Amino acid sequence: MTTIPTPSERLLIFEHSKRGRKGYRLPALDVPEASDALPAALMRSEIADEVEVSEVDVIRHFTRLSKLNVSIDAGLYPLGSCTMKHNPRLNEEIARTPGFALSHPLQPDHQVQGNLSLLWHIEQTLMEILGMPRVTLQPVAGAHGELTGILMVHKALAKSGNARKYILIPDSAHGTNPASAAFAGYEIKELKSNSRGTVDIDTLAAAVTEDVAALMITVPNTLGVFETDIKRFAGILHEKGAYLYCDGANLNSFVGIARPGDMGIDVIHSNLHKTFSTPHGGGGPGAGPVGVSQRLIPFLPTPTVERRDDGTFYLDHGHPESIGRVRAFNGNFNVLVRALTYMRSMGPDGLRRIAQIAVLNANYIRARLRGSYHLPYDAPSLHEVVFSDKLQTAKDVHTLDIAKRLMDYGFHPPTIYFPLIVAGALMIEPTESEPKEELDAFCDAMIAIARECEERPELVRSAPHTTPVRRLDEARAARQPVLRWRRG
Amino acid sequence: MTLPDPLTDQHRYISNASQDVREMLDVIGVDSIDRLFETIPDDVKLTELLDIPGPWSEIESRRWFRALAAKNKSAADHVSFLGGGAYLHYQPACIDQLLLRAEFLTSYTPYQPEVSQGTLQSIFEYQTHQCLLTGLDVANASLYDGSTALCEAVLLAERVVRKRKKVVIAKSVHPQYAETVRTYVQNLGYEIVEVGWTNDGRIDTTALLEACTSDVFAVAIQSPNFFGVIEDYYAVAAIADAAGAVKIAVIAEATSLGILTPPGAHGFDIVVGEGQAWGVPTQYGGPFVGFMVVKDALKRHMPGRLVGETVDVDGRRAYVLTLATREQHIRRGKATSNICTNEALIALAANMYLSLMGKEGLREVGQQCVQKTAYLRAQLNRISSVSLPFSGPVYNEFAVRTPFPAAEILADLEHEKILGGIPLGQFYDGFENDFLVAVTELHTREHLDQFVAVLTAAIARERR
Amino acid sequence: MTPEDSRYAKSHEYVHPEAGDTVVIGITDYAQKELGDVVFVELPAVGTELELGDEFGSIESVKAVSELFSPVTGEVIEINEALTDKPELVNTDPYGDGWMMKMRLSVPEEVDEMMTAEEYEEYVEKESGH
Repeated sequence: MTTIPTPSERLLIFEHSKRGRKGYRLPALDVPEASDALPAALMRSEIADEVEVSEVDVIRHFTRLSKLNVSIDAGLYPLGSCTMKHNPRLNEEIARTPGFALSHPLQPDHQVQGNLSLLWHIEQTLMEILGMPRVTLQPVAGAHGELTGILMVHKALAKSGNARKYILIPDSAHGTNPASAAFAGYEIKELKSNSRGTVDIDTLAAAVTEDVAALMITVPNTLGVFETDIKRFAGILHEKGAYLYCDGANLNSFVGIARPGDMGIDVIHSNLHKTFSTPHGGGGPGAGPVGVSQRLIPFLPTPTVERRDDGTFYLDHGHPESIGRVRAFNGNFNVLVRALTYMRSMGPDGLRRIAQIAVLNANYIRARLRGSYHLPYDAPSLHEVVFSDKLQTAKDVHTLDIAKRLMDYGFHPPTIYFPLIVAGALMIEPTESEPKEELDAFCDAMIAIARECEERPELVRSAPHTTPVRRLDEARAARQPVLRWRRG
Repeated sequence: MTLPDPLTDQHRYISNASQDVREMLDVIGVDSIDRLFETIPDDVKLTELLDIPGPWSEIESRRWFRALAAKNKSAADHVSFLGGGAYLHYQPACIDQLLLRAEFLTSYTPYQPEVSQGTLQSIFEYQTHQCLLTGLDVANASLYDGSTALCEAVLLAERVVRKRKKVVIAKSVHPQYAETVRTYVQNLGYEIVEVGWTNDGRIDTTALLEACTSDVFAVAIQSPNFFGVIEDYYAVAAIADAAGAVKIAVIAEATSLGILTPPGAHGFDIVVGEGQAWGVPTQYGGPFVGFMVVKDALKRHMPGRLVGETVDVDGRRAYVLTLATREQHIRRGKATSNICTNEALIALAANMYLSLMGKEGLREVGQQCVQKTAYLRAQLNRISSVSLPFSGPVYNEFAVRTPFPAAEILADLEHEKILGGIPLGQFYDGFENDFLVAVTELHTREHLDQFVAVLTAAIARERR
Repeated sequence: MTPEDSRYAKSHEYVHPEAGDTVVIGITDYAQKELGDVVFVELPAVGTELELGDEFGSIESVKAVSELFSPVTGEVIEINEALTDKPELVNTDPYGDGWMMKMRLSVPEEVDEMMTAEEYEEYVEKESGH
C-alpha cells in the first residue's frame, strides 16, 4: 500500500521537537550549588529523544489533536452502558478550588475538615440514593468497586467458615464482572439469559448451590431490561447464604425512582462518571463507590470517614475485619467533589427527572427506529435500547459498517457488538441530556443509513468517508505492534 | 415530599420540557412517563422524593463548597513540605486550560479510532515518554495510581513465572502501596515477604539474599524509597536475577526520573509508579495516574489499554487501541486485569507536562530538587538536636528526627503556616519522633531558611 | 476444498498424517474464516505432552480469542516458528504454511476416529446453517 505522508499538524510531539527549544522557565536556583549533592553514578545522562518544544508548539499541538476527537459537548454520544451525559462546568470550577486541589492526602484530619466533611456528605447522599447503610468512597472505577465488593463477600463468607467457590454471572454481563470475580479468587459460572434477555428465576434457583458465593447482576441489564424478579433473586440467594451483587453501571435509569437497597441487594458499585456526570476524560478518571448492606459493613475497606458528636470528622483506620486498603490515600477525591456538586445541583427532583427523561429518550429512539432495525429482544427497556444488524446483513452490511457510516452523519456510534448475547448488537443510550431535536437528527441519520444499506450498501461498507482518518488496519497494529515512537 | 409532575418539572441540565415530553410520549404510544417504568415492581418504587439537599443554583453551590474548602489548611495558604507519594511541583498554566477543552474532557475511551485520533495519538505519545524516562520498552495507557500499579505488576509477574507463590516487597516501599497489594492478593494464595533496611535507609541486601529463595516470583523495591533514599538497583537486580525472580521497581516521585538513572538501565523487568508529580495537583490523593512500563517480552501480559500505530485504508498514519485480547471486554474471566476505566485525562496532563518541560526542564526540575534538598539537609545538620536518621543518598525527600514527638513539632510548625512533614510513626514502630520532609523546585531559599528557623524554635519551645 | 488426506475434529483442528506416527496439526479453512484476521498464535513448548482434548494454545484475531484443543494424544515435537512473525499464514494457507505444530502420536487409533473431509464438510454445513 502507498502511504500518505503525515501532514505537519498531525506530527507527534516528538516530531515537532527541535534542539534548543524550551517550553518552560523556572526561577534560578537560589541556594548554593553543591557539586557533590548526589554521586555521579546515580545520575542519568541526557534523556535521549525527549521533547524540545516551546509553549506555543505545545498549545498548537494539543489544540489540533483535540480537534480530531468528537465529544459530548459537540453532540449526542450514544454509547450504550457508558452514560455519556452533559458534564456541567460548575463541577470543574468547584474541583479547582485551591483549598481542595492543593490539599494533601497525608495531612492530619484536623487540617482537612473541609475534605472530610465533603466525603461524609457524599457518603450520606449516596446512602440515601442507593438505600444502603454504608458506602465506601475508596474505589476509583467501576471495576475497582467490583473487586472491592467481591473481596468483601469473600471475607464475610470466609468468616462464617466457607468462602465458597463460584460467582454466578449472566451471559449479558460486562466483561469486568467475571474479571473482577476471578481476581477476587472465584471461578465463574455463566447464567444463560432467557428469551426476554433477563435471568430466569428457575435457572437461578437451580444454579444457587452451597458452593455459590454471589450472583453479580446488572440492573437493569445490558439490554436495558429491568430484572423484575430481583427481589426474589435476593431471597433465593440469601436463603442459601449467598450474596446479591449489583453492577450499578445502569443506575441512571432508575435513580430517584427505586433504590437497590430496597431490592435486597447486598453490594452495589456506582460509576460516578456515568450517573453523576463526572467527565469521562477520554477513558478516565472515574470513581466507583460501593454501597453495602448491614452484614457487610465490618468488611468495608479502610479508611472510612466518620463524624463525631461535636460535628468534626476523622478517618477511621480501625476496622479489624476490613478487607484492607484498596488504593493508597483517599479514593479519587476530586472526582467525588465533582459528583457531589452535581448531586446538589440536581437535588432530589432533578435526580428523579434524570431517570425519567433518560428512559423517555431511549424509548423515543426505540419507537422511531424499530421499523428500520431489528429489535432482538422485545421486552420493554429503560434507558438504553439494543438493536441488531439482522435486517441489513442480507445486503452484507454489518453493525461495524453502520457504526462507521454514522460518523459521516456527525454522530459518535453506539456501543457495538455488546452485549454478547445479541449478534451484531447496536446498543444505544442517549441519556437525559439530549434534546428532542438531537434525538430526531440521530434517528433520521439511522433511518437514512438503513435506506443506504438497501440502495447503496457499498457506501456504508466503505464508511467513514469524512473523518480525519478512515478505517484502520487493526490487524497490522496487533500483528507487529508499534507501541511507541522511535527516532526514524 | 410529594412527587413532582414529570410534565412540568424542569432542570437546567435537561433540555426536554413539557411540549417535547408530550410529543415524544405520542410517538412512543404511551400516555405518561410512569408507564415506561412498569417493569420496576411497585413494591420497590419510591413513593416520595429522596431525602437529600438541592436543587441548588450555582450561587448556592459556590457558597457551600467554597466554605468547605476554606475549612482546609493546604498548600494554598501554607508552605508545604509534604510528600510521601504526593508531591507539589510547578504546574504550567497552559495544561489545565488545555485539559478543559471539551474534546479531551468530555470524550469517551477511544474505541472508535476514526473519531478519537486526538486521544489515541496523545496516549501513544504518553507511552513513548514513559519508555524514554524509565528505559524500558512498552508502556500502557495508564492505571489508577501507583499503589494499584504495583498490584498489577505483582499479578503480572506471577502470571509470567508461574508455579511460584512468594513475592518479596521491600519494607521501604510506600506502606500504603504494600497494604494495597495485600488487599489485592488476599485470596490468591501468595505469600508476601518483607525485607527491611540498613542504617543508610537502603534495602538490607543480606536479608534480601536470604529472602530470595527459589520459590520467589518477584522482588519489588521503590526508589527513591519511602524514606526518600535512592536504592542500589544494581545490587538488588543481581540478587533477584540469581533467584530467577521478576524485578519490579516502584517510582512514587516521578520527577526523579528526570535526573536519576532509570530502573531499565539496570535490567529491571517492570517499572510501575505514580505520575502525579508530573504537574498534577495533590488534590487529597486523587485522581492521580499510575504508570507501568515493561520489557518487550512481557507486553502480551500487560494490564490495561495499549495504543499502537497503524495506517488507515488510504495509507495515512493513525493510532488504535491494540492487543485488546488481553483485556476484560474480550477475555473476561481470563483477562490480564479487570481494569476498564483508567486515568486517561491525567495521563494526558502528564503528556503535556513532559512535553512542555521537555528534555531540559525535566533535568532542571530534578536538579533543583536535589540541590534544594541538599541545602536544607545541610542547614538541618547544623542543629544539634536534629538528626537525619538515614545516611543514604536522597533525591528530594528525607526523614528528620528530633527528640520530641513528630506530631508536636509539626503542630508548632503549623502555627507558623508551615505544613512541615509527614509523621513516620503512623507507618513504622519506633519512628514516633521522625517525620518525612519533601522539597521541590517550588521552595525558595527563604522557605527553607524559615523552615529551619521555625523548627529550631519549636524544638526550643518543646525543651521548656 | 477440504484436503482428503487429513482428518478433522469438531473443534476445527485438522490432523495431517506424515511419515510414521508423526502428524501435522493446524486449524481448518472454515475456522480461519470464522476468526477473521489472525494476529497472534500462542503455541506450546516443544516436548509438551498433550492428551486428547487438552488446551494447547490460543489463537487471536483483533477482537476475539479462541482456545486451541489437541485432537490427539502425544508429544509436541515441532512448532511452526514462522507464525510468530507471520500469524496471517493461518489465514492465507491454513493447510500449508499456516500449520501450527507437529506431534508424535501415542494413540494412533485416535486419528481413525476423527472425521473425514467429507464428514467434516457436512458437519460445518450443519453448524453454520444453524
